[in-house]
Amino acid sequence: ECRLGGSAKRSYSITSCASVFQVNVRDALNQAMDEELERDERVFLLGEEVAQYDGAYKVSRGLWKKYGDKRIIDTPITEMGFAGIAVGAAFAGLRPICEFMTWNFSMQAIDQVINSAAKTYYMSAGFQTVPIVFRGPNGSSAGVAAQHSQCFAAWYGHCPGLKVVSPWNSEDARGLLKAAIRDDNPVVFLENEMMYGVPFELSEEMMHKDFVIPIGKAKVERQGTHITLVSHSRCVGFCLDAAAVLAKEGVECEVVNLRTIRPLDVDTIEASVMKTGNLVTVEGGWPQYGVGAEICARIMEGPAFNYLDAPAVRVTGVDIPMPYAKILEDHSVPQIKDIIFSVKKVLNM
Amino acid sequence: MPYLNISHFWGVVVSSRSYADFTPEKVDLHRLEEGPPLTSTLTREDGLKYYRTMQTIRRMELKADQLYKQKIIRGFCHLYDGQEACAVGIEGGITLSDHLITAYRAHGYTLTRGGTVREIMAELTGRREGIAKGKGGSMHMYTKNFYGGNGIVGAQVPLGAGVALACKYLGTDQLCVSLYGDGAANQGQIFETYNMASLWKLPIIFICENNQYGMGTSVERASASTEYYKRGDFIPGLRVDGMDVLCVREATKFAADHCRSGKGPILMELQTYRYHGHSMSDPGVSYRTREEIQEVRSKSDPISMLKDRMLSNNMASVEELKEIDIEVRKEIEDAAQFATTDPEPPLDDLCSHIYANEKSFEVRGATPWTKLTSHS
Repeated sequence: ECRLGGSAKRSYSITSCASVFQVNVRDALNQAMDEELERDERVFLLGEEVAQYDGAYKVSRGLWKKYGDKRIIDTPITEMGFAGIAVGAAFAGLRPICEFMTWNFSMQAIDQVINSAAKTYYMSAGFQTVPIVFRGPNGSSAGVAAQHSQCFAAWYGHCPGLKVVSPWNSEDARGLLKAAIRDDNPVVFLENEMMYGVPFELSEEMMHKDFVIPIGKAKVERQGTHITLVSHSRCVGFCLDAAAVLAKEGVECEVVNLRTIRPLDVDTIEASVMKTGNLVTVEGGWPQYGVGAEICARIMEGPAFNYLDAPAVRVTGVDIPMPYAKILEDHSVPQIKDIIFSVKKVLNM
Repeated sequence: MPYLNISHFWGVVVSSRSYADFTPEKVDLHRLEEGPPLTSTLTREDGLKYYRTMQTIRRMELKADQLYKQKIIRGFCHLYDGQEACAVGIEGGITLSDHLITAYRAHGYTLTRGGTVREIMAELTGRREGIAKGKGGSMHMYTKNFYGGNGIVGAQVPLGAGVALACKYLGTDQLCVSLYGDGAANQGQIFETYNMASLWKLPIIFICENNQYGMGTSVERASASTEYYKRGDFIPGLRVDGMDVLCVREATKFAADHCRSGKGPILMELQTYRYHGHSMSDPGVSYRTREEIQEVRSKSDPISMLKDRMLSNNMASVEELKEIDIEVRKEIEDAAQFATTDPEPPLDDLCSHIYANEKSFEVRGATPWTKLTSHS
């Protein structure tokens, strides 16, 4: 018997008969772009190696062969220039997807993302829309060292006028990328290279060409009663792994997958904290002025504070540039044991 | 007598100036076999139109100067008086279905691109009927096919190339004019744009308005090469007198034909001059002499040049032009009156226009208890 939950929490219970598809995050992104390119002629993709190389991380594999030079454009290594060109194309009515090979390189172009894209609708009092998606891998990878490992969720999440999205699994990647491309606003789409190859099950409903996930809504991935874990991107998986370990000790964690950094779904987080009474945020980025810091501040300022049994706490990347050696790198990012340790500390176990 | 053939107008010596680089007798070409034609036909109708528009820009900018000194306009205010022939000449060489983007010295272009004096001035004074409802100010005015008004030096150039890409992508024969100054001309992103525009044969006219000074730094102190029309390297270029509205128009038409014939980008340098300082906070005399400013005014003023031409060729009478002056003055006075009496934007509007096509949402105010609403 197949049960497909239709509730807001989207809990699918796929038992025996429904078709499920094993799709990794890379292919989910690829299919989402393919479908949106087909759906709307104004959509096009530009970036380094996106066309003839099939994408530096193969996310755009096959697209150039199918759509050609007009819609899949290889750019020279000139981020500031091509990001500006992408924004200008959005001004004039196209719907560009601008790929940064990694979000580290977006710093070359950050003025175009913030000053030309994010602020224009406001400065023009609603006259000029900017329907653009900036996407690419964000955060730490494996062994790529300091200049290639930064998480930009907090930097871009800081700015009004942008939407900032950080998918975890294939469902997120597919639904959020489609939503981003269909959105008339500038969207910063933060992928994660380590997740590209990870397969997840997608239901038939999720494979539908109009499947979109609303931007600005978090998802409760796991119900729990004792403590709330809030996370985004790859760390969501770590939270679920930590929750599985803690369950054996009788601690039931509720895991919230933010999905969107801006606008932040404070309501879902608050409802969860008001239920569990405890909060740990988990992110790959640096602690100072980060996503977790924002969540804790909002909880303090809102109704959920009165339900806290202990101070809210953040698990983050270590406050250092990313080192290269494996042993050092492993100790620079939040590990499952760090999450378990923090939960126990908060619960005074 | 509706038509006048002005032959060999290039041969009119506009001035021999005491500072370098004005050579109005010819067009300088880079990687071009031929340049724009050396003759131009000026109709009476066009002459009067150009005169009126340039005079409107001039008076509008001078009124803005006044209002700024009275503190009714605040913040940044970069005035265009002296450079009117550029905006008006360019518009004479393209149509309103073409596209244009410039930097922050944008009031003149907002007008030539379809804005009204009223809505421009009301934007400067930050009122609700301003062209950007008071949200943008001097540097952020937009109209159809005009993408501002951009505050970050150089950023507008790749944006313009993106607009040009859209023109090509959508199969129109429209082009985009992308303007920048002598100061911006050294920006790296402009060279990145030259490269991509050339590679992809984008229909873009790069125009450098060289007014000799980037804020307080003269061109000789900022640029290893001050031949801005050559800086596009592989992009063909031309340099013309930006004080002569007909030179600008002919050069623009030539450049537009080049783009529309699919040859890709082209670069124009307009040699021009601003009477005001860089902005209203710059008196404009610490890095140049009053004599220099006065010399340009007396020998190369774009409005005087056109006026003299029309009068000496019997295309218009002194009274007729005076009549236009009076009408323009009145229009500016009315607009200034409006701009000082129109109410400021409502506070309800504070958080609006964050996102397009979105249902209303809550925005955090200055305190956690201040809950504001954003409307699209």
